Amino acid sequence: MQKFVGKSVYKGIALGPVVVLKNNDFQVKRRKIEDAEAEICRVELAGETAKQQLQGLYDKAVKEVGESSAAICDVHQMMLEDEDYLDAIHNMIRTENVNAEYAVAVTGDNFAEMFASMDDDYMRARAADIKDISNRLIRILLGAEEVDLGSMEPSVIVAEDLSPSETVQMDKEKILAFVTVHGSTNSHTAILARMMNIPALIGVPMDLEQIHTGMKAIVDGFTGEVIFEPTEELCNRAFEQMEEEKEKLQLLQTLKGKETVTKSGKQINLYANIGSVGDIGYVLENDAGGIGLFRSEFLYLGREDFPSEEEQFQAYKQVLQMMAEKKVIIRTLDIGADKQVDYFHLGEEDNPAMGYRAIRICLKQPDIFKTQLRALFRAAVFGNLSIMYPMIISTEEVERIYEIVDEVKRELEKEQIPYKVPEQGIMIETPAAVMISDELAQMVDFFSIGTNDLTQYTLAIDRQNEKLDDFYNPHHKAIMKMIRMVVENAHKYGKWAGICGELGADLDLTEEFVAMGVDELSVAPSMVLKIRKKIREME
Amino acid sequence: MREFNYVITDEIGIHARPAGLLVKEAKNYESKIVISKEGRSAEATKLMALMGLGVKCGETVKVEITGADEDSAYEGMMAFFKENL
Repeated sequence: MQKFVGKSVYKGIALGPVVVLKNNDFQVKRRKIEDAEAEICRVELAGETAKQQLQGLYDKAVKEVGESSAAICDVHQMMLEDEDYLDAIHNMIRTENVNAEYAVAVTGDNFAEMFASMDDDYMRARAADIKDISNRLIRILLGAEEVDLGSMEPSVIVAEDLSPSETVQMDKEKILAFVTVHGSTNSHTAILARMMNIPALIGVPMDLEQIHTGMKAIVDGFTGEVIFEPTEELCNRAFEQMEEEKEKLQLLQTLKGKETVTKSGKQINLYANIGSVGDIGYVLENDAGGIGLFRSEFLYLGREDFPSEEEQFQAYKQVLQMMAEKKVIIRTLDIGADKQVDYFHLGEEDNPAMGYRAIRICLKQPDIFKTQLRALFRAAVFGNLSIMYPMIISTEEVERIYEIVDEVKRELEKEQIPYKVPEQGIMIETPAAVMISDELAQMVDFFSIGTNDLTQYTLAIDRQNEKLDDFYNPHHKAIMKMIRMVVENAHKYGKWAGICGELGADLDLTEEFVAMGVDELSVAPSMVLKIRKKIREME
Repeated sequence: MREFNYVITDEIGIHARPAGLLVKEAKNYESKIVISKEGRSAEATKLMALMGLGVKCGETVKVEITGADEDSAYEGMMAFFKENL
């Protein structure tokens, strides 16, 4: 048994026989040739054959993985027609009297080198494309057969790295997983794994000399582990996990595209909570109706200095564009308490949960707030944006926020920058906000109830403190009464109210929430379809 | 000669796919079309050279068009950049 850990680019579990691909290396020998023009003619013929092959792959890929992933075959065809690339090959044949294979190999390496040295991850990954087209030409010139990846049994594909055309020509029904020594998260292998919904590991430090076709392997896309020749016990466990995954997948399939509506026709907006742009894939994959809580902290965490307006604008815009016209609710900065960032210099506090955090920082340091608002308002033009303010306790805070919003509007107006003021709501996560929710409802567009903080503040229980577990009741009547009160007050003034805390994903409470009239539930992406199922089964 | 400057708004810049489309578009015209960034330039009909410029989002490129059909090429390229990049 051999175990390696790499970087997972797509989750999932696979168990099956290994196919090791080693067909990337060609022994290309340098030969002296007599007739340079005849050699160039060979290159041209090989180019035509290559383009035909690629057209075939393109047609196949369009059917299987869609136009956008197939486009790479199209790009390869154009690369094969690239004048600089062809001129370099022809020149080399003419000036050095070398054979076509050698000229193609050297030219391919040179061009790949150019891309590999660029300071841009995306372009660096394109070196693989150049190598791929060059190898294709060489293979044709050598008369080598392509390894037939279409006719194998369902397998775990193991390779140094996979070229785009290799991944495309594989029969996707027969691939259980990808495991490669190299590759990047931007590579085609990673992109295709996501499309094909199979686990994929890259950067696995394995020695391909030790791994053979026909070995058995378990690939765990959750942990990044690959185990070759696993014990029977491990196989059984993997098998169970696969069954579980399969069940989840079936659940997923049947509920995708369906409405989140009760039998009597009450519709609930079922959205997802996320914390980074990378999570959007999960939102779409689980068919959430939108994003109900986008924690904007991701832009501020793990860096040395404040993110610029432009940087934020680009990030928000990207999110909105990726979500097309679906609702995206971005929560403004909620730093402080358990989320500390050095460059904010917040200092030590005796009681950070009740300290200088979230909207309090934004109102005390309006420059930070205004930068974020400017970026949000500019991005709002590109999609269906709503924003919400965290940790509100008073109407005065909302008034102060609106003053700052007005300032931001005036500035953007003056600078003639296109913008839109999005729908504005507040988080209800303090008992104070609950008690004055009738007044707040008249000031804002919507409420989103943050049950984690609301529970903590209402019960005076720190969730991290294990000693308090016996006292903690997540379904405490006080919380349920508060939620009811908030929803009623919102509706009284024609506003909507949702829940974005953990309680929103509590399947035991879904029915009660719907009965209360909660308009929106925002939950972890993986919970979306489970909640949808529950709601659809309700009267 | 006609020319214009364009600020790339596509998130990953002039990457493979739009570069490929750009080449196709450029081949529709007789005129010589040169794309340049910070003193480095590439002919719009040459895919790898174009990608080799490494043009990223937010960067400005200059597009110079010279030839018999430069007016229609100008319109076509302008429309192409706005649409795809």
